Amino acid sequence: MSRRAPPKILTRNIYMSDFKFPPSIKSRPVYGVLEPRPGKSHLMIADAEGAEALLRLASENPEIFSGAHIIYIPKDTGETFVERLRAAAPAILHVSPSYAACLPRLRRVLSDAHMGLQVYLAGTEGLMGQAMVEATNAGIPHSAIQTEHRGSVARRMQCVHCKGITEDVMTDPFVCSHCGLTLFVRDHYSRRLAAFQGVCIDAEEPGNIPAPVELYK
Amino acid sequence: MTIQFNDETFRDDYTFRNSPWAIKRFPFPFHEDSYMYSVNMERHRGGPKGSVYEKRFDVDEHYLSEMRDRALVLAEDPLRCQSLPHMTLAGWDLLELIMVAKSEDYPDLFELHRNGNAWRWVNKPMGIDHSFTFLDDATLPHGPMEYITRQTQGDFAVLDQRDDNLWMDAGMVTTQADWSLDFDIGMNFFEWHAPVPLAHEMGVFQRALKFLLNVQQGSPARRLNWTMTVNPLLDTSPENYHKWGIQKTELTPENVGAKQHLRVELQTFFRLPRSNALVFPIRCYLIALQDVVSVPKWGRRLHRVIRDLPVELATYKGFVRNRPLIVEYLSQFDDGLPTSDGVWPDLETEPPLRSG
Amino acid sequence: MSAGTEKIDVIVSDIVKVNDLVTRFEFRRSDGGLLPTFSGGAHTVVEMKDGDITRLNPYSLMSDPMDQTAYTISVRRDDAGRGGSLFMHQQVKKGDRMVISYPVNLFSLDLRARKHLMLAGGIGITPFLAQIKQLSRSNGHFELHYACRTAALGSYVDELTSGHPNAVHIYYDDRQQVIDLERLLDGQPLGTHVYVCGPKGMIEWVRKTAADMGWPREAVHYEEFLAPQSGKPFEVYLKRSGKRIKVGEHESLLEAIERAGVDAPYLCRGGACGQCETDVLEHDGEFVHRDHWLEDADRASGCKIMPCVSRFEGRTLVLDR
Repeated sequence: MSRRAPPKILTRNIYMSDFKFPPSIKSRPVYGVLEPRPGKSHLMIADAEGAEALLRLASENPEIFSGAHIIYIPKDTGETFVERLRAAAPAILHVSPSYAACLPRLRRVLSDAHMGLQVYLAGTEGLMGQAMVEATNAGIPHSAIQTEHRGSVARRMQCVHCKGITEDVMTDPFVCSHCGLTLFVRDHYSRRLAAFQGVCIDAEEPGNIPAPVELYK
Repeated sequence: MTIQFNDETFRDDYTFRNSPWAIKRFPFPFHEDSYMYSVNMERHRGGPKGSVYEKRFDVDEHYLSEMRDRALVLAEDPLRCQSLPHMTLAGWDLLELIMVAKSEDYPDLFELHRNGNAWRWVNKPMGIDHSFTFLDDATLPHGPMEYITRQTQGDFAVLDQRDDNLWMDAGMVTTQADWSLDFDIGMNFFEWHAPVPLAHEMGVFQRALKFLLNVQQGSPARRLNWTMTVNPLLDTSPENYHKWGIQKTELTPENVGAKQHLRVELQTFFRLPRSNALVFPIRCYLIALQDVVSVPKWGRRLHRVIRDLPVELATYKGFVRNRPLIVEYLSQFDDGLPTSDGVWPDLETEPPLRSG
Repeated sequence: MSAGTEKIDVIVSDIVKVNDLVTRFEFRRSDGGLLPTFSGGAHTVVEMKDGDITRLNPYSLMSDPMDQTAYTISVRRDDAGRGGSLFMHQQVKKGDRMVISYPVNLFSLDLRARKHLMLAGGIGITPFLAQIKQLSRSNGHFELHYACRTAALGSYVDELTSGHPNAVHIYYDDRQQVIDLERLLDGQPLGTHVYVCGPKGMIEWVRKTAADMGWPREAVHYEEFLAPQSGKPFEVYLKRSGKRIKVGEHESLLEAIERAGVDAPYLCRGGACGQCETDVLEHDGEFVHRDHWLEDADRASGCKIMPCVSRFEGRTLVLDR
C-alpha cells in the first residue's frame, strides 16, 4: 500500500473573472449578474475581483451608487480596485482587511436596515456565502439577494465528520485543516453554513487516497 | 397484544434480531420484480391488522433498544437533533400528534391525560410519567420535538411550508440512510434531495412536492423507500462514515446472509395543525437477507430487483461494490418461478423454493 | 387521491348579524366532539345544499385556532353573486346540520417574521382575526391596518381596537381615511412580512407598491378568493369518465363536474391553490381564465384550465377527467 503525500491546500488565487461553473446538482448555488433593483438603500459586499462586478454596475447605473454602502475586502488584489471604487462615489466605502474584520460592521448595518434594502454580493463563493448568511439571518429571503461570482474558484468546505471549516480549498481531495482526514469535495452545499460538504475519501479503503486534482481541471 | 421488547444493540456486537413475528410483518418494499423511482404515495389510514401500516406510529419489539441507541447517538453528537427558532410551534404540534396517536392506538402502553393545558404523559415501556404544561417549553426537559422523538421510533424531519416549497427547518435524525441533518437543515425540498441521481430528471421531485404541499390535516400519506446496510447499524450517518464505511468491506460469501441487511423506510406525512408545517417521519426497518429469503416470494423477488437495478441507483444507495456478492447469495433463493403481485408475503399461496 | 379534504358534520350553533352586510355563523360538531385545531389564515369549505344545487364555498376561519369547541366564519352578503352568500344569509337557521371541510391554510403566517404587517380591506379582515389570536398567544409582533367603508360596516373594529389599542389602525372610506402605504412600507424593519386580504384592487396596490419599493416577493403574502362568476352555459366532454355535461349559467365548471358524479380534486375553489388544475384534451373556442394559478404559458398553450373559477365559450371542450 503506497501512502501518497497529503495534498496541499492551495491558497493562491486563480484569477478567473468570468468562470463558468459546470452544471451541477440543485443545492449548488448559481450566480448571476448584478443588476440595479428598486430600493431606497443598497448594500454591496465584495472581495478581490468582485470589485469588477461593482464597477460594472457603477458604470451602467451610477445613480444607485450615490446611496450605496460598500464593504470591500481586497484580499490579495491589494490596491488594484480601491481607488476605482472610491471614484465611483458610493455614499460609504469601507475597505476591510478581512471578512472577519468587517463582520461586526456588517451586522450593525443590517440591524437597523429597513425592508426594501437591496443587497449585492460579488467575488468569491466563500465571501458571498458568508455575507448571505448574515443577510438572511437579518430577514432578507436568500432569493432576493443578488450574487455575481468573480475571481478565485476556491471553495469553503465543511468536514462532515468534525464540522470544521476549511477555507479556500483548491483541490479534490483535500485535507481537513481541523481533523486531518482526507476529504472529497462534494457539490452539495449548505446555505446556512455557507459551505460545501467534504466527506472522508478512504473510509472503505483506508490509505487509498487518489492524488489531489485542482478543482474544475 | 402485548409486545415483548427485545434487549439488543445496533452497534459493536450487533445483537439486533427480528422475531418470526417481525419478519412476517416486515414492510417489504417491492410490489413487482423490478424497481424504479416513483412517487408511490398512498393514504396513511391504517392497514391490515398487525402490519406496520396499521397504526399511525408503529411500535414494535425494537422500541426500547432503538430509543437507547438514539440516546447514545445524541450524547455523542447533539447536532443530530436541531430545530430552527420558528419551528417550536411545529414541535408542539408533533408532540401532540404523537401523544394522542400513541395513547389511542396503544392504550396499554401509553396514556395521555389532558385538562386544558395541564397534560400528563405516561410512557410505560420507558418508565416515564411526566406532567407538563402544553405550549410551555419550560416544563419539558428538552424542546417539544426532541422530548417526544426521544420516545418514538424513526427519524423525524419537520418541514416548514412557504413560497410553494417545503423547508427542512427541524429534525431528529439518528437512523438515517447517510444524510446529515446538520448539513441539510434549512434547505428546501429540491436542495436536500439534490444528491439523488436520476430522479430530478424524471420529474419525481416536482410531482412529489406538489403532492406533499397538498397533504391536508386529517389526511396523512405514506410511501416506502429502501437501501442496503451491512450490519444492523441504525446510525449510518455521514458524520460517522469514516468509522462505519469499513464495515462494507467485511462481507464474505459465508456471512452475507447474516450481515447484509435490507433497510426499508416507512415514510409518512402529516399536516401539523397549529403551525401548518408538515412532519415527515422516516421509520427505519432492518432485516437480514437470511430472514428475507425465509419468505419464498421475497427471496425470488429481491434477487431479481437487486440484480437488475440501474448502476446509478446501486451506487447512490452505497452497495455497488457488494452487489455481485449479494446477487450471488440471493440467486440461491430464486428458482425462476413467477411471483404474485404486491408486497405481502403470501406464505399460504406462494410455492416453497424448488430445490435445484 | 379523492377530492378535497376530510369532512366534518356540524350543527349551526349560533348566527349573529354583525352589521347590514355581514353575518357570523358558529359551527359545533354534531357528535359533540372537539374540532381540529388550525393555524391562523386557514379556511373551511362549507357545503350548501340549495335545492338540487350543491355549492361549496370557502370561508376563512376567524375564531381562536386553539378553541376546539367551535369554529366561526363571517359571510358578507353579495346580492349580485351566484347565491352562496344569500343562501347562508337567508336559508341557514340555527340548529341546521351542515357539512364543512377540515381546515386548509393557503394564507399562513411566515413564522420566521420579525414583524407581521397586516393590511385588511372589508370582509378581508376575517383571516387576520384568527392570526391575531394565534400571535397574541405567542407574543408575536404584529400591526393591523384595516380599511372599512363606514363605521357602521366596520366588522369587528371594536373588539380589535379595544383588544389591541396600539397595534390596530382603522381607516374609514367615508371619512377619506386612506392607508399611507408608501410611508408604512418604508419604515418596516428587515424581517417584516406583509399580508394583505381584501378586494382585488387593494391586493394589486399592495403587491405593486411593495415590489416598487424593493420588497422581496417572499415577504408579501396575499389571499384573494375569487368567487366563481356566472357566464354563458357551455358543454364539456369528460373523456376519462365518458360523460358529456352541461355547465349552467350560474354554476362553475367544477360544480358541474361534481354534479355529474365525477371525482375532481380541489382545495380552495377560488383559483388560488392549483389543486383542480385540469388537462384540456381538445378545444374549439375561447377560454375565460379567471384563476391566479396558471402561468401565461399554460394559458397560451390551451392545455390547462382551472375549473373552479374559469369558463369556456365555444363549440368543443374535452377535458381529461
